[in-house]
Amino acid sequence: MSQQYKKIPMPLRYLINALLFAAFLFGGTALIKGGAVSNYYTKVLMLLGINIILTVSLNISTGYLGQLPLGHAGFMAVGAYASAIFMTRVGLDASVAFPIGLLLGGVVAGLFGIMIGIPALRLKGDYLAIITLGFGEIIRVVLLNIDSVLGFKLTYGAASLKSIPKTTTFFNTFLCVGIVCFLIHTMMKSRHGRAILSIRENEIAADACGIHVTYYKVLGFAASAFFAGVAGSLYAGYLGILNPSSFGFMKSIEILVMVVLGGMGSMVGSVLAATVLTAVPEMLRAFSEYRMIVYSLLLIMVMIFKPSGLMGMYDFSLSHILEKIINWKPGRKKSAGKAGEENG
Amino acid sequence: MSVYSTILRQIVNGLQAGSIYALVALGYSMVYGIITLLNFAHGDIIMIGAYIAWISMAKFATNPVFAILAAILGCTLLGVFIEKAAYKPLRGAPRISLLITAIGVSFLLENVAQMVFGASAQVIPSFFSIPALSLGSIDISGNAVVTVITSAVSMILLTFLVQKTKMGKAMRAVSEDTDAAQLMGININSTITFTFAIGSALAGIGSVLYCSAYPQATPTMGAMLGLKAFVAAVLGGIGSIPGAMIGGFAIGLAEALVSAVGLSVWKDGVVFAILIIVLLVKPTGFLGKPMQEKV
Repeated sequence: MSQQYKKIPMPLRYLINALLFAAFLFGGTALIKGGAVSNYYTKVLMLLGINIILTVSLNISTGYLGQLPLGHAGFMAVGAYASAIFMTRVGLDASVAFPIGLLLGGVVAGLFGIMIGIPALRLKGDYLAIITLGFGEIIRVVLLNIDSVLGFKLTYGAASLKSIPKTTTFFNTFLCVGIVCFLIHTMMKSRHGRAILSIRENEIAADACGIHVTYYKVLGFAASAFFAGVAGSLYAGYLGILNPSSFGFMKSIEILVMVVLGGMGSMVGSVLAATVLTAVPEMLRAFSEYRMIVYSLLLIMVMIFKPSGLMGMYDFSLSHILEKIINWKPGRKKSAGKAGEENG
Repeated sequence: MSVYSTILRQIVNGLQAGSIYALVALGYSMVYGIITLLNFAHGDIIMIGAYIAWISMAKFATNPVFAILAAILGCTLLGVFIEKAAYKPLRGAPRISLLITAIGVSFLLENVAQMVFGASAQVIPSFFSIPALSLGSIDISGNAVVTVITSAVSMILLTFLVQKTKMGKAMRAVSEDTDAAQLMGININSTITFTFAIGSALAGIGSVLYCSAYPQATPTMGAMLGLKAFVAAVLGGIGSIPGAMIGGFAIGLAEALVSAVGLSVWKDGVVFAILIIVLLVKPTGFLGKPMQEKV
């Protein structure tokens, strides 16, 4: 290209994003501390953060890997229970126990992801969907009944696991959101991410190109489970009480709706869809009984009229937009082409 | 009561539940065979059938025969309508889209039913009172006998339909190779619609039999029933009529035995564990054909 197209150098890009993110985090915390955001809205925001993590994590296995697991709530449950049991049993200070619990929830869920992924990912399409659904249900049934088998109090089954320290705040929720999104972003931009994408595009071709399909499938699946576990840990600290019935098939579908609506394979789509589908039901409390009907209609409509979802595979990049602005000269068509569009 | 009669009683229960699973599994199996869609909404069609039976008997006090016919007809029409409205626009779309749509339809039916009929269970009056059959020291409920016989007859008729009639030939052709069947002058759309109609009619029969065994209707009754029937279909080999029957009976008996040893809370877990083992050891099921990978 003859014209000089100014680019923002890499460290600066990260710096801009990090600064904006930090401004959002501290600004939000200051607003909450100052009482500008009511307690209720803070709760909604925290739930929103948890839903964003769930959605972007399911997006790894649905959007990037191209599989359809229906047991995502199961991983969330595993993470939530792991961290809740850790936090209630270990007498550490909450500020120390919480990050460890968070990590523990993620790791345990990730291990379950590997355990379930290795057999499940041998299957394809509908079979994979149904086997993950089966695993999700088994996790729920086990959490519900394991106390009676082991003979001691662990999950408290249907009586709910109570008095979990409420350690989740706006700050640490959105810190997790930022870290999770960053990790997924960098993973998908690495060679591992490209291998995962190639499996979605054509598994047989990817295999023929020497990509270890099973390994990358399990990797994607485990990453997805790990982040779901982190979200589950946050959820445990957010609610302070856990019941296996809240991690049923319904919950998995709710997360799936968010991914599908946002566009499978688009992180910004996932974030947007999670935001909309968390915020709208809260605003329309009066119509809460229609919520699931609207969800299911949305699912059908999106599939029939716009199967790629709201955002398709578009991913938002602030730096690209900034670059467009600094390169923009009036009276001349941009020759830089479509800079904002990126795959994955 | 002796151990034998307990076991025998559980076996009868298992056969009764199993034959219902088998009927529902057939619907799954046929639809899967023809458009490779796992029709999640199939279980919810059964739920609607149960509500139709409840309305016509409890609200309008109609004759049970009419209620049964209404339930079967209602299920058939609903199945065809779902196919036309939700699945037909997606012919040729990726399978994941179809599957997500099916999940959407299933949730829509459940939630609409919950809004219209309420979340609490509605008690369905019994259709007929059939005298129990006494066999030596134990009594076998008449319902169980009728259920097993009805499903066996349905399956024989279905086998006849698929193997001997022109429409059955068309169905087999479409499931074998859709494009080639179209080139041979088979109307794909009407064949698929017909398959949905038959599958849903079987779901309607299953719904009536289910209601005579467990006489209540709830919005979520279809979900678990449908999933278990799907497990039965996979176990027997998807796409195979006798396979669905064997799978259904196997799941029904396994459930009854788990309950008999006092582990009924683990029942659902056991069914899914069976599914996982089958998928890992023999993904084609007992009687299924192996699927070839196409490049």
